[in-house]
Amino acid sequence: MGDIISKIKKAGLVGRGGAGFFVAKKWDAVKRATGDPSASLGQVRKFVVANAAEGEPGVMKDGCILEHYADRVIDGIKIAIDFLSAEKGYIYLNHAYYKKLNKKLTSLIKDSKIEIFIKPINSGYIGGEESAILNVIEGKRIEPRLKPPFPTTSGLWGCPTLINNAETFYNVSLAAAGRFKNTRFYTISGDCPNEGVFELSDNLTVEKVLKQTKNFPKFPFFVQVGGNVSGEVFNAKQLKRPVAGAGAITVYSQAKNDFKKIVKNWLDFYVSESCGQCAPCREGIYRLRDVFMKEKIDWRLFNDLLDNLSDASFCALGTAAAVPIKSLIKNVYHEKN
Amino acid sequence: MQVAHDNGIFLPSLCYHPDLSVKANCRVCVVEIAGRRNLATACSTKAEAGLEISTDSQRVKRARNLNLELIFAEHIEKCPTCIWRFNCKLLEYAEKYKIEISRFRDRKSKRKTYKFANAVEIDGSQCIDCRNCLDACNSLQKINYLKLKGKGINQEVVPVSEGNGLLNRSAKKADCIYCGQCAVHCPVGAAQEQVQWQLVERALHDKSKIIVAQFAPSIRVSLGEEFGLPPGKIISGQVVATLKQLGFNYVFDVNFGADITTMVEAEELVKRVKQGGSLPMFTSCCPAWVKYIEYYRPDLIPNLTAARSPQMHSAGLIKTYWAEKIKIDAKNIVVVSVMPCTAKKFEASRAELKVQGRWLIDYVITTRELAWLIKKNKIDLAKLKPALADNPLGEFSGAAVIYGASGGVMESALRTAEYLLKTAQDSVCAKAKSNLKICHSRIDFKQVRGLAGVKEAEVDLAGKKLKIAVVNGIGEIQPILENLKKYDYIEVMACPDGCVGGGGQPIPTTKEIIKKRLEALYKIDAGARVRRAHENKEALSALRWLKDKGKLREQVLYTKYRRRK
Repeated sequence: MGDIISKIKKAGLVGRGGAGFFVAKKWDAVKRATGDPSASLGQVRKFVVANAAEGEPGVMKDGCILEHYADRVIDGIKIAIDFLSAEKGYIYLNHAYYKKLNKKLTSLIKDSKIEIFIKPINSGYIGGEESAILNVIEGKRIEPRLKPPFPTTSGLWGCPTLINNAETFYNVSLAAAGRFKNTRFYTISGDCPNEGVFELSDNLTVEKVLKQTKNFPKFPFFVQVGGNVSGEVFNAKQLKRPVAGAGAITVYSQAKNDFKKIVKNWLDFYVSESCGQCAPCREGIYRLRDVFMKEKIDWRLFNDLLDNLSDASFCALGTAAAVPIKSLIKNVYHEKN
Repeated sequence: MQVAHDNGIFLPSLCYHPDLSVKANCRVCVVEIAGRRNLATACSTKAEAGLEISTDSQRVKRARNLNLELIFAEHIEKCPTCIWRFNCKLLEYAEKYKIEISRFRDRKSKRKTYKFANAVEIDGSQCIDCRNCLDACNSLQKINYLKLKGKGINQEVVPVSEGNGLLNRSAKKADCIYCGQCAVHCPVGAAQEQVQWQLVERALHDKSKIIVAQFAPSIRVSLGEEFGLPPGKIISGQVVATLKQLGFNYVFDVNFGADITTMVEAEELVKRVKQGGSLPMFTSCCPAWVKYIEYYRPDLIPNLTAARSPQMHSAGLIKTYWAEKIKIDAKNIVVVSVMPCTAKKFEASRAELKVQGRWLIDYVITTRELAWLIKKNKIDLAKLKPALADNPLGEFSGAAVIYGASGGVMESALRTAEYLLKTAQDSVCAKAKSNLKICHSRIDFKQVRGLAGVKEAEVDLAGKKLKIAVVNGIGEIQPILENLKKYDYIEVMACPDGCVGGGGQPIPTTKEIIKKRLEALYKIDAGARVRRAHENKEALSALRWLKDKGKLREQVLYTKYRRRK
C-alpha cells in the first residue's frame, strides 16, 4: 500500500475534474497535512470526497463510469481512505445519478467507511465546485470558499480533505492494480451522429477523437472543448490540440447556431447560477447580459466586463465564465467577420 | 492590505473590516502580482518576501474601477438625507478614481427596508452585498438574526424569520437585540439606525418648548473622529458647546445619571448579598442586553438589577426634580439623548419607563446623527470654545465616565458597594457615620478593565468575597450563562468593549480605534476630582429629594422587565 504514490506517479495520473492537477501531488499534500495544530493532539482527522456532481452540461462521463465501473471507483476511494487513514469517504453524487445508481452503489459500499452524499437539487452549478462541496456537506451556504487555505490542508470541518473526481478514483484503482492503460473518457455531444461517452487513449487531439468516434462533421462547424458552458471554443482549423478539461467535446453546426443565441444562453445560465458572492461575477455577468441584449452593443464595456470576470473573480467558475464567450468571438465570429 | 496600509499605500476597500474575517467579495482592493495569472485581492493575500506587486497598473485600474462601478449600480443613492454622506466611501472613491456612476441602471430600487423596532433598519436598496452585517450579527455577536436569502443577483440580507413560511416557522428562532453592530460595520449605510435627526431638527425650531440635550459618557471620546480629530481625543467641552450652538437650551451630562445608576445599583447589590436575593445580579444599563434576557432567557429576569439605566435616570430627574427646580411644566420640556447606541432608541420607547404617564426621552440620536447635524449646520467643532454642561445635572464623578467602557459599570458599582459595606450602611443617602473618615475604600479595580472577552475576578469588599465577571460583547455570553452559579455579580455589554464600541459610534469603529477611546475614558476618570459616584453631591441631593416621594421615587429609579416573544 505504501507504494501507491509511486504507482500513481508512474501512471502519470492527472485529475479528471477539469483542472488537470497531478494526482500524486494532491495525495501527498493531504498525507503530509497536519491539520489545525490547536484542534487536537491525537490523530488528525482526514476525509476523502469523490466528486460525481457532474454539473457541467455536456459532460456525462462520471455517470457512465459509475454505471459500468462503480466497483473500481469505490476501490479507488478505499485506497485513498487507507492511504490517509481517513475517517470517512463521501461519494458526492448528483441527484439523477443517485436515483439510477443508489442500489448498486449501496451494495458495493456495504459497511466500509464510504457514504453517499446526495448533491442537493437546488445547489446548482456552483454545488460542484470543490470548496462549495465542502460547504454543502457541512450544511453551510452553497458557495466557494476563500483559498488559501486549500482543502488539502483545511477541508471538511477544517480537516485535511482529499477531493478528486470520480474518474480519478477509477484511474487510481487501475493504477494500483497495474492496469492503467493511459485512457480517458470523452463525452461527445451536439450536432453529431454518435453522441455518447467513449474510452480512448488520453493523448488524442480533438480532431482524432472526433474522427475515431465517427463524429467528424462534413458541414461547417466549430467545437467547444471542456463542457457546454465553461469550455473553450475552437474553429475547424484549430483541432490539433489535446482535449482539455473534463474531456468533453461539443459540436456546433454553424448553420444551425446563431451567435447571439449561444452567448445569451451562456449568460442566462451564469446569471442564474452565480452564487452571488463576488462583484465581478454577480454584478458583472448580469450587466454583461444587459449590455449584450441592447440593440447597440457597447463592445468596449462588454470586453472590459469579460476581462474583469477572468481577472478578478473570486473562484475558478467566474474565471471560466469568460472563456467560452471570449473564445467564440476570437476563434469563430472574429474569423468569419 | 495591512502591509500596504502600514506603509502609506492606499488601497480602496468595502467588504474589508479589520475586526471581521476576510471575505474578499467586493474585489475593489485587487492588485497585480508578477507571475500570477489572475489579479489578487490585497485583503486576502499574505504579503511575502519577493512578491512583486503593482497596486495601480492598467489591469488593476480596469478591474478596480469596473468593480466599483458595478457596486455603485447596486446602491440607490439617497444622499440628500443620508447621514453617511459626509464620509461615504462610495462617493469618495467615485471622486478619487473618476468613475462614471451612470453606465448601468439601478437594479435594486424595489428592495424592501426591514425595520427592527424603532432602532435599526436594513435598506436592501442600498446594500452592496458585502455581508459585513451578517458577520457582525452572526459571528461577532452570535445573535444569528440575519441571513442571506436567494443567490446571485437575487440574494438579499433578511431577518431569519423572513420567507420561512408556515412549515418552517419554528426552524430558527432569533430576534434582534438592536445592538446596531450591523450598522457600525456597514460600509454604505444600508444597515443603519432609524434616524430621528429630522424630528430633533424640527423640535429645535419649536420656540414654545425648552429643549434639553443629554449626552452619554463615550460620546466625548469618539465624536471628534468625525471632524478629523484623532480617536480618543477628549472633547467634552466642545460637545456641550456644539449642542448649544445647534440650539439646545440646556445641555446635561448623562454621567450624572450614571452616578445615580451606580448608587441605586450598588445599594441593590449590597442588599442582595446581605439578604440573599437572586444572585448573580446582572447589570441592566445596556438595553441590548436587557432585550437579550427578555427574549432569550426570561427565566433570568429576576437577576437583572431593578435600577434603570443612566439615560433614563437622568431624563427622569430632568422631567421631575429639575422641572420643579426651575419651575417649568415638564410637558414643555423636550429631552434629546445623544447616545453611542442604537438600542437606546428602543429603550426610550419602552412604555414601562414612563413617569407620571409621561415619556421621559422624546428623541434619541446616535453619535453619527449628531455629527451629521453638526456638519449640516456647518459648525466647526474643533474651533468651538469648550463649555461646561449645565448644572445641577452636569456634575459627575470619574466612576460615571467609565460607564462607556466594558467593565466600567462593574467598577463604579464596586467602588460604591465597598463604601456601603465598609460603613455598614444600606443607603448612600444615610448620614455619614463617625467611622467614615477612617474608611479606605479602593478606587481602581483593574481586573475588570481591558479588551478581553470575559474578565473574571474575586473581590473582597469589607470581608465579603464577591465573584464577579464582565462580559465584553454579547458574543461572549454563552460560557457565562452556562456557569451562572459561579458568580455573584455580572456586567454585560452587548457591544464589544462596551459603549465605546457601540452600534451608534462613528465609522470606522475598529479594535484599534476603540482602544484609544477606552484609554481616554480612563484618563478622564483618573483625573477627575471626585471618583466615586456617592461623592457626587448634586446626585446625592437629587436622591435625597426623591427620598420621601414614594411612588415617584419608585418610578424614577427602578424598572420592571417582561418576557418578550
